[in-house]
Amino acid sequence: MTTGSQEQPGAVVLAPEARSSRLLDSHPVLAHILGRAGWYLITFMVAVTINFVLPRLGDSSPVDVIMARAGANLDAATAREQEATYLKEFGLVQLDQQGDIRRDAAGKPVPTSLPVQFARYLMLSAQGDLGTSILQYPRRVSEIIAGALPWTLALQLPTIVFGWLVGNTLGALAAYFRGVFDRVIYPAALLTSAIPAFCLGILLVYVFGIQLEWLPAVGGYDEGILPSFSYAFLASASHYYLLPFVSIFVIIVGHQAIGMRSMCIYELGTDYVRYAKLLGMQERKIVRYMFRNAMLPQLTGLALALGGMVGGALVAEMIFSYPGLGMAILTAIQGNDYPVITGCTLLVTVCVLCANFGVDLLIGLLDPRVRSGRAASR
Amino acid sequence: MFRGLLRSPGFILGVGLFALTLVAALLLPLLMPLNVEQRVGLAYTPPSREHWLGTDHLGIDMWSLLVHGLRSSLYVGLLAGTVATLVGTLIGVYGGYKGGLLDDILTVATNLFLVIPTLIVLILLSSSLDEGRSLTLIALLIGLTTWTWSARAVRAQSSSLRHRDHVALARINGYGTFHIVVLHILPYLASYIFMVFILQTASGILTEASISMLGLGPYDSVSLGTILNEAIRNEALGDGAWWAFLPATMLVTVIAFSLYIVNTAMESVFNPRLR
Repeated sequence: MTTGSQEQPGAVVLAPEARSSRLLDSHPVLAHILGRAGWYLITFMVAVTINFVLPRLGDSSPVDVIMARAGANLDAATAREQEATYLKEFGLVQLDQQGDIRRDAAGKPVPTSLPVQFARYLMLSAQGDLGTSILQYPRRVSEIIAGALPWTLALQLPTIVFGWLVGNTLGALAAYFRGVFDRVIYPAALLTSAIPAFCLGILLVYVFGIQLEWLPAVGGYDEGILPSFSYAFLASASHYYLLPFVSIFVIIVGHQAIGMRSMCIYELGTDYVRYAKLLGMQERKIVRYMFRNAMLPQLTGLALALGGMVGGALVAEMIFSYPGLGMAILTAIQGNDYPVITGCTLLVTVCVLCANFGVDLLIGLLDPRVRSGRAASR
Repeated sequence: MFRGLLRSPGFILGVGLFALTLVAALLLPLLMPLNVEQRVGLAYTPPSREHWLGTDHLGIDMWSLLVHGLRSSLYVGLLAGTVATLVGTLIGVYGGYKGGLLDDILTVATNLFLVIPTLIVLILLSSSLDEGRSLTLIALLIGLTTWTWSARAVRAQSSSLRHRDHVALARINGYGTFHIVVLHILPYLASYIFMVFILQTASGILTEASISMLGLGPYDSVSLGTILNEAIRNEALGDGAWWAFLPATMLVTVIAFSLYIVNTAMESVFNPRLR
């Protein structure tokens, strides 16, 4: 990027944009971070908009759904009053100065327009207010999520990270040593990566949980114990943790091992490795260079896999009745509990975006092309 | 090249397994009476001579359900795979060959939807479509939400073809974009696009099964996913009624496995550097 100031060395005052682009030119990593942050901000806005628009595509409004369920046993006056409460709660109608529902000549409430609803939704979401559950009225959606999120995070984060590390190590070993290593690891990885997460989950529950009764099949902890940081609770929870952990872990290991194996085999055949070998460079050094190059696409793979993994793991949670977000979504789907569904999906999307952003930043720090500012931005 | 494929054991095994499920899905309904509407016994009756896989929680013949489920799942997978591959290829080839502003816009859109988790979008869509969730609609939705990574993969390939001599020659000779893309770019991508199609089909089948297991499956048909959903919701696991969920689980696994190894085998044949 050439700036005006470079063409006129005599100019004393720099235009602000010239100064900032100079700063970015001399700090490629900073430029990378800012670029990615801007990109994710746009993606985030699109995701939020999708999250708002899609549930409103159908013709049934959430209030109709509640009233269809609850209205049957109520007399007309109470039903009308309750409907008014719900309409206000979901921001579907215009209010007058007194906070009452504005009605047209026929006595029907005046609906708010979609953009107004969207603005309200954005404002409330930004404050962490995701609305009220229909099914568990008057529990707040944020409360339900706060109860479920730790379980999902505790299950998925270690599983994904640990599985990624183990899978990449195995893949690299298989590619480097070939022979027996490869003949055992590769077919095994192929097999486990092809098994759908929920199928493996069902098999594990059935074999270890129900037939052999080695481990508890469903749930997150023993029923008699309340969640707390006591020894009894943690022991019980870790007991329940094992099966869902294995069901997700095994599959990630398989996926990553296959990816890493083919990356390493590819790198081993490249000219720079051959050249280094011809020069008589130490094997350890070559391996270090090679793994670094093979690692970068795997990091991108981790970011992309997170999106899919979250989905697969949601279904796994359902099979194990694990009290996380997957279970919360499932219960909400079964009860048409829109606010909980959209709250959970919003949160999952935000988590996936954050994870992607994190991996992107990591790549920026590790990739020498980004560090020297010579990368074509992806 | 094709001889190489035929010599690869993974390819033979995968194609064989998938062909087997396809033939079973097509022929079995013609060869034997299948009934998924009528109760033929008590809930969760174990397998017997008349009912090879016993009955489900309503007393419906499990074997019939399984064959119907297999048909629906293959249908969803192939339709979703076709849609996703078509959309992805169109966007990828066009953007990769043409370049310029339109390519930039398409790439931005692709990368954007690549990051937003597909299953989440599908959950939102399906739950707002309450009544009208037919099998075909679900397949179309899956296809229209999963095309992103095939677009990205195809675009990378086609933009590398763009500067090849034979493409430049065709352009100098005054051929139009359509002509060049169809005759000089697509043939080079054919094997690649076929691999993309296989993966998209596998992911279509798995995605449908996932949404159905969450209770957002089709209202008008039995699929392998809805069988599993019913089995789990109705305590088949706890009751030890293995026939209600194990066959369906195995079937999904076999289909996914066969498609994956076909893809892996093709990759190692077409990309000798990986061997």
